[in-house]
Amino acid sequence: MRHSAAGLGFALAITFTGLAQAQTAGGAVKIGVVNDQSSIYADLSGMGGVEAARMALEDFGGKALGKPIELVTADHQNKPDIATSIVSKWFDADNVDAVFDVPNSSAMLAVQEIARKAQKLVVVSTGATSDFTGKACSPYGIHWTYDTYALAYGTGKVMVQQGGDTWFFITADYAFGHALERDTAAFVKAGGGKVLGALRHPFPNQDFSTYLVQAQASKAKIIGLANAGSDVINTIKQAAEFGVARAGSGQRLAGLLLFDSDIHSLGLPTAQSIVMTTGFYWDLNDDTRAFSKRFFERRKAMPTMAQAGVHSAVQHYLKAVQAVGSKDSLAAVKKMKEMPVNDFFAKNGQVREDGRMVHDMYLAQVKTPEESKYAWDYLKILKVIPGQEAFRPLAESECPLIKTR
Amino acid sequence: MFEIFGISSQALFSLLLLGAINGSFYAMMSLGLALIFGMLNIINFTHGAQYMMGAFAAWMLLNYAGVSYWVALVLAPIIVAFSGLVLERLFLRHLYHLDHLYGFLLTFGVSLLIEGAFRQKYGVSGQPFQIPDSLSGGTNLGFMFLPNYRIWVISASLGVCLAIWYVIERTRLGSYLRAGTENPVLVQAFGINIRRMITLTYMLGAGLAAFAGVLAAPIYQVSSIMGANIIPIIFAVVVIGGMGSIMGSIITGFVLGLIEAFTRLIYPEASAVVIFVVMVAILLIRPQGLFGVRS
Repeated sequence: MRHSAAGLGFALAITFTGLAQAQTAGGAVKIGVVNDQSSIYADLSGMGGVEAARMALEDFGGKALGKPIELVTADHQNKPDIATSIVSKWFDADNVDAVFDVPNSSAMLAVQEIARKAQKLVVVSTGATSDFTGKACSPYGIHWTYDTYALAYGTGKVMVQQGGDTWFFITADYAFGHALERDTAAFVKAGGGKVLGALRHPFPNQDFSTYLVQAQASKAKIIGLANAGSDVINTIKQAAEFGVARAGSGQRLAGLLLFDSDIHSLGLPTAQSIVMTTGFYWDLNDDTRAFSKRFFERRKAMPTMAQAGVHSAVQHYLKAVQAVGSKDSLAAVKKMKEMPVNDFFAKNGQVREDGRMVHDMYLAQVKTPEESKYAWDYLKILKVIPGQEAFRPLAESECPLIKTR
Repeated sequence: MFEIFGISSQALFSLLLLGAINGSFYAMMSLGLALIFGMLNIINFTHGAQYMMGAFAAWMLLNYAGVSYWVALVLAPIIVAFSGLVLERLFLRHLYHLDHLYGFLLTFGVSLLIEGAFRQKYGVSGQPFQIPDSLSGGTNLGFMFLPNYRIWVISASLGVCLAIWYVIERTRLGSYLRAGTENPVLVQAFGINIRRMITLTYMLGAGLAAFAGVLAAPIYQVSSIMGANIIPIIFAVVVIGGMGSIMGSIITGFVLGLIEAFTRLIYPEASAVVIFVVMVAILLIRPQGLFGVRS
């Protein structure tokens, strides 16, 4: 066995490049959905987000400004560089008018800057960081479904009120994890609690046992999981294996960002009783059920809040374009901010000046296997958090659009 | 409890133990990769997909056929080994005399196809796989709670690695194999069916990856991307260890698991890159790898 190692080294040098499908269009409204279709967020966003956009187009009648609406989609593989090159091409060469979904906080912040330069819209559903409408806000950027501030307000604040006053974070080491940890820690401290420590794990990661053992040793009452998708799934699963935060241990897990797809994957025996904050749940009322069942027909899965948000955002954009009678970006944004959002996703939602879509959020708890009566019956809603409370007040905003007023 | 460099012995012991457990996966995977590379001259990029297929085979056997974990631990590697047989007979055998690049590109493409197919059908979040009842629970070691399943993983991995080492280094079959690697033409002249040995080696490597996959199934979610996540590390382990000895792959796997764990303790942000930093350093200082022989 005497072959050189150089050949193997070469294998590591290969990078994976993204594929984008796009066509040029003249005059028709053209929508792009860029998200993670192959990596760890593919189930909570991915092709489900694309399908939600497609449904929005169909529900709108397929036409805007008298021409068929076009849809282009691409997989950014959770890589900000791929996201920016796709979106740049869409805006510069392919006449795309607005980009939707954009998971991964690093990617969404990068795309925000591309859109700002191109003077085109970016409407984020899956991406999380509250900086998007904070210090990085843009006249062309709208944040639809939730953000790290709202998650922190929902889960963080409630857990401190319930006596969880010492925290230890296990955090995904990129913009999203940092923002979620920061926003949650702020509520913990404001509530008189203490942050005992935080560990940043590489993104994505598989083995969390070393982090969990350290979190356990910290004796913090709450282990806050500032990660998402398969990362948080594996953390919760391995916590159960290592007996971390088991009943009677005096420690609890706080899943700061969980989607229905994560709970589905974990199964109720492992996920039960976790408290979480969400912007949407499929089984809230007749409207959400009607949409979700249509979605289920197509995807064989209930929509996550991220996917439902894409539908709502695309529809609202199309309504605005139709009302304005042109594709002009600033005019469309202005109209989107004027019109309340009333659909299956939000009641009296309002797009604020900083780009934040303010709507009610829900504090929920994962059901036990005994409580769950039918397929996808996963959450009980503990509390409706009014939009005005859930999202960062404008008075505290770092958004330059607000400050220059 | 005492402190070493400001790190409590409690944290240190637990991390070293967990590192060894991760290392046992690296050892099993890199061993298979090194075997295949040595015998077939193929950089088997499909290795990660075969690991994933092993985990999925166990999951499918359990969910569709009610087959227990223990039976799956034997059956799944056999199933994946036979899929390896098909791949080797249909495609790989045409590439042995060509540059490494061809084998690498083919196996890379095949792994993309396999992972894409599983992703299409099962998504990325993964399927739950419970730890078998006989191995659930754990032992309190004083400095940490060690799940019984992890004890099983490390023992199974060590057992399998050492058994393979023994077969290759200490038995007649192994001597044929080693001779076949050195000089296939001569070995063939002695009446040994070298072609069959090549096929068997590939099946063994693929089966080993699948065995690691079944072991991993209850720890991680059974997911279409689990192989893609681990494969870059495995390649780095093989590069660091060099191709010189079977034992080299095993030792390197465990040692790198420990280095990774230690990094997680002192600077977790770097734990994903530390293995590649070691790889670069080794390539600069000793290009043939730690245990490799200069060609």
